[in-house]
Amino acid sequence: MNALYVADGAPPSLPGITDAPPTLDWWLLAPILVVFGAGVLAVLFEAFMPKKVLRPVQITVAAVALLVTFVLIVLQVEAVGDGVIVAGGVLAMDRVVLFLQGTIAVLALISLMLIAERRDGRDAFSAQAATVPGSEEERRHILAGSQHTEVYPLVLFAVLGMLLFPAANDFLTMFIALEVMSLPLYLLCGLARRRRLFSQEAAVKYFLLGAFSSAFFLFGIALVYGYAGSVNFTAIRQAVDAGGAEIFADGNGEPLLIMGIGLVAIGLLFKVGAVPFHNWKPDVYQGAPTPITALMASCTLVAAFGALLRVFFVPFGGSVAIWEPMLWTVAILTMVAAAVIAVTQRDIKRLLAYSSVVHAGFILTAVIASSTEGLAGAMFYLAAYGFTTLGAFAIVTLVRTRDGGQELGDLEGWAGLGRRAPGLALALSLFLLAFAGIPLTSGFIGKFAVFEAAIAAGATPLVVVGVISSAVTAYFYVRIIVVMFFRESEGEGPTVARAGALTGGVITVGVAATLALGIFPGPVLDNLLPDSEAGQEPAAVMVHQVTEE
Amino acid sequence: MIPWLTLAIALPAIGAILIWALPRVRTAAETESASARAGASAEAGGGGTAVKTRPAAKTGAGTASAENAKRIALIVSLATLALVVAMALNFDTATAGDLQFEEVYPWIPYFGVHFAVGVDGIALTMVLMSVVLVPLVILAAWNEHSDKEDGGRGYFALILALEAMMVGVFVATDVFLFYVFFEVMLIPVYFMIGRYGRGAERAKAAMKFLLYSLAGGLILLVAVIGVYVIGGTFLWSELTASGSALAAVDPATARWLFLGFFIAFAIKAPMWPVHTWLPTAAGSSSPGTAVLLVGVLDKVGTYGMLRFCLELFPSAVSWFVWPVVGLSVVSIIYGAIVAIGQTDMMRLVAYTSISHFGFITLGIFVLTPQAQAGAALYMVNHGFATGALFLIVGFLIARRGSSRIEDFGGVQKVAPKLAGVFLVTGLAGLGLPGLAPFVSEFLVFVGAYAFNPVPAIIAVVGVVLAALYILWMYQRTMTGPTPEKLSKLPDLSARETWVVAPLLALIIALGVYPQPLLNVINPAVERTVEIGADTASDTTNAEGDTEEGDEE
Repeated sequence: MNALYVADGAPPSLPGITDAPPTLDWWLLAPILVVFGAGVLAVLFEAFMPKKVLRPVQITVAAVALLVTFVLIVLQVEAVGDGVIVAGGVLAMDRVVLFLQGTIAVLALISLMLIAERRDGRDAFSAQAATVPGSEEERRHILAGSQHTEVYPLVLFAVLGMLLFPAANDFLTMFIALEVMSLPLYLLCGLARRRRLFSQEAAVKYFLLGAFSSAFFLFGIALVYGYAGSVNFTAIRQAVDAGGAEIFADGNGEPLLIMGIGLVAIGLLFKVGAVPFHNWKPDVYQGAPTPITALMASCTLVAAFGALLRVFFVPFGGSVAIWEPMLWTVAILTMVAAAVIAVTQRDIKRLLAYSSVVHAGFILTAVIASSTEGLAGAMFYLAAYGFTTLGAFAIVTLVRTRDGGQELGDLEGWAGLGRRAPGLALALSLFLLAFAGIPLTSGFIGKFAVFEAAIAAGATPLVVVGVISSAVTAYFYVRIIVVMFFRESEGEGPTVARAGALTGGVITVGVAATLALGIFPGPVLDNLLPDSEAGQEPAAVMVHQVTEE
Repeated sequence: MIPWLTLAIALPAIGAILIWALPRVRTAAETESASARAGASAEAGGGGTAVKTRPAAKTGAGTASAENAKRIALIVSLATLALVVAMALNFDTATAGDLQFEEVYPWIPYFGVHFAVGVDGIALTMVLMSVVLVPLVILAAWNEHSDKEDGGRGYFALILALEAMMVGVFVATDVFLFYVFFEVMLIPVYFMIGRYGRGAERAKAAMKFLLYSLAGGLILLVAVIGVYVIGGTFLWSELTASGSALAAVDPATARWLFLGFFIAFAIKAPMWPVHTWLPTAAGSSSPGTAVLLVGVLDKVGTYGMLRFCLELFPSAVSWFVWPVVGLSVVSIIYGAIVAIGQTDMMRLVAYTSISHFGFITLGIFVLTPQAQAGAALYMVNHGFATGALFLIVGFLIARRGSSRIEDFGGVQKVAPKLAGVFLVTGLAGLGLPGLAPFVSEFLVFVGAYAFNPVPAIIAVVGVVLAALYILWMYQRTMTGPTPEKLSKLPDLSARETWVVAPLLALIIALGVYPQPLLNVINPAVERTVEIGADTASDTTNAEGDTEEGDEE
């Protein structure tokens, strides 16, 4: 980092760069280190433990690690106060970050319940991913009961990336977090037990598109570095306020910044799945093993939006004029296009994927509001949506075809589910109504929060587009309810696997959270989210000062 | 102090939960009778319906618990009625223009949302009407869903849940709370039409109903948020207080917000041209659902116009007077003409309601005291008269398995009592003097004429057409030769008599002596009319803009 010299040849004074070893606040780093340590430990177990005991051990390690992480995050709320910069300025810890990390930890723990669920001694993952689908070798592995316990360390590493992503205080850390989060997910996507070619195709697609988006992201970082002379968020913000690094004293550096913001935004919008960077979502959601889809739909979305909020509010908080028109376009495209395409979907997982894209559009309206209210609204929305979507995917894992017992994606086949499994159908109806934003569900409060922030910030046209899109999406949510309750099944209809304790638990938690956050959202809104003082800039509640001078 | 309103919301809600929680009993003994009924109704359904007769063993399931469910539903709804009547007796008529029985508890402090309830005269009459109708609907639907898998207990749970929300929506004095009830109400009705409705098209009808209402509700959401952002509070009393931030909003914004509220209410009411969901929904509903849908739910639209459109945005009202009056007149004439051409009784009554809702919106928006009092009174009278008509059509459907007019004829010879009540309610619907709707129609005419003779005169045509569609329907179904199939048609049973007798009594009583209701309504109306008077001076300025609205 010594490439930038000003005219008089003196080395630039870069914030946070010193010869002294960084002081590490181990207490504040503990949640991340616990997950990391557990991941490493799990890899060692994988290598040295006998296969027989591996599965229960791995599940225990993962569950305990996530639980401890969550507890540590809760305990730190007091310690961070208004927010501190830790680990030599690479991580920012404030209450916003802790809320997102806590949400990720809880949602990951619930996803883990789905991942660990087994039916007839088989989980959702292929016996041996390295075998050719349909081959004799694959059959031998299935009969021998082989399994991939590597799933658990992979999940832990993905969660590690997710915890780091929204906490990153400079672009390099953020990029590393992005890769740590994504690489295990690419792999996990290809491990489905059923329809393996489909799953592998999804993994390849996700990997290639993800690699492209990472490249965009990285190139954007380079351009921003060129403009600001630093990758540190605070330094970038100061540079933006000052009109660029010192070499841009003549004020001609702005194109660099515009391109930089645009490319960084592409990387982040890809991860949240906003149109036109959403194409991976339906394919990947459909192809991946459903528990992994649930993990991605809840935790990854929270992490990606957490990072997006930080990037747009902290380093680029001073250049709202540059990114606002761009996000307006993306948000409108996302809400309209995804809603329209979703209407034509016939597969439940693809439909939920498009629904997730539409929801990303709604959350973007809160980003555009660029206020503390918007930040709080987006945070609430993410948590509420995470629980609901986990419940919905848990139900997807239970509805199966009559022959062979693989998951029944085709919605037409869901006819008569309301009669066959009324409890399950009711739970799914609740989740769908929450997605549609019907009052007394968490989805309504979330939607109200983001739309309120957007209108308060003067983005009323955007909200009008949002509600029109909501009306369209309501059509396909309600259509599922029609199929389940009002249509007789042709022939035998679907079978419903008995919900084990784990899957049942996930659905119960989903229902409870959807109702609790919908009827009594007060405690969460009042205690966990930043106070909404009208017109306050969101950076006011996101730590961004450099503490070590 | 007794929290009357909270109790009135909670009681039916608890009843609904109770029915839901009833243990499911499976008895083999009842299967035979149940399957026989199912077979009969499937045959009567006229073939081609999606409702397949299920194997007998399944049909009987839950019938025993369904019997308990019915009883609980009836008892709870009667208890609610008693509660509301007791509350009404405590209502201070002298200050009927102010909110009474107010309760305010913080609900979501982060957004300044309160659980705030209270009633003025109009709200009280609406609540009374709703809780009177519910037990009658339950009684009328007693055996209607016995062929369903659950013996109809889900239906009764939904009715009670809906009752709680109906009370809630009329008494809410927090805009957010109102919106919550306004939207959530759709869900029970959706299932009541889709799952317990009639005919093959019911799922589609339920979907159409829900999507129309949701679209309106979402537009309302934007306006509600707008009100909050500008007004800084959701409490109706604070928003309407003089000097509130909302009162100071610039006229253009006020118009947009008014429009947001109005579109949602117009869909709900329903007004031409956003009425198309109603005939479909009512035509596919069971009669009991139709009573609550048209009698009560649609009133939320007109009530909302009175309570929210007029009172929250007084500065915008004058701008909308002529367009809305124009749409109302179109609704009156259009609904009546289309009603004449209907071949299905349920749809016919639905179209007559569109016509009647035109009268109500006309009465509200001409902004004269007589017309608004008439409109408020009409909301109640229409609930009773149309409710009774739907229920009697329901009795006919239960006997013949069809709601088509051509399937009936000469009923008065075999079932004179049935034909008699049908005639009386029909005459009430067409505004015969001495029956309740006449009073309200008359008041609306007088008020509208004072405003401007043209819409009033056009609206009178609607009454003439009403005579045509009602009497012609009566002639085709009740008079003439009795077809062979109908020769064994039973007359009103004791249960059915109990269902219609209270309604007929109310229709006649309110037709002869409407004063008690008017005493309660008038002070409340005076408040909204003052708004009109305040802005009347603006009307002349806005005249130029509104010429086009008149031509519609």
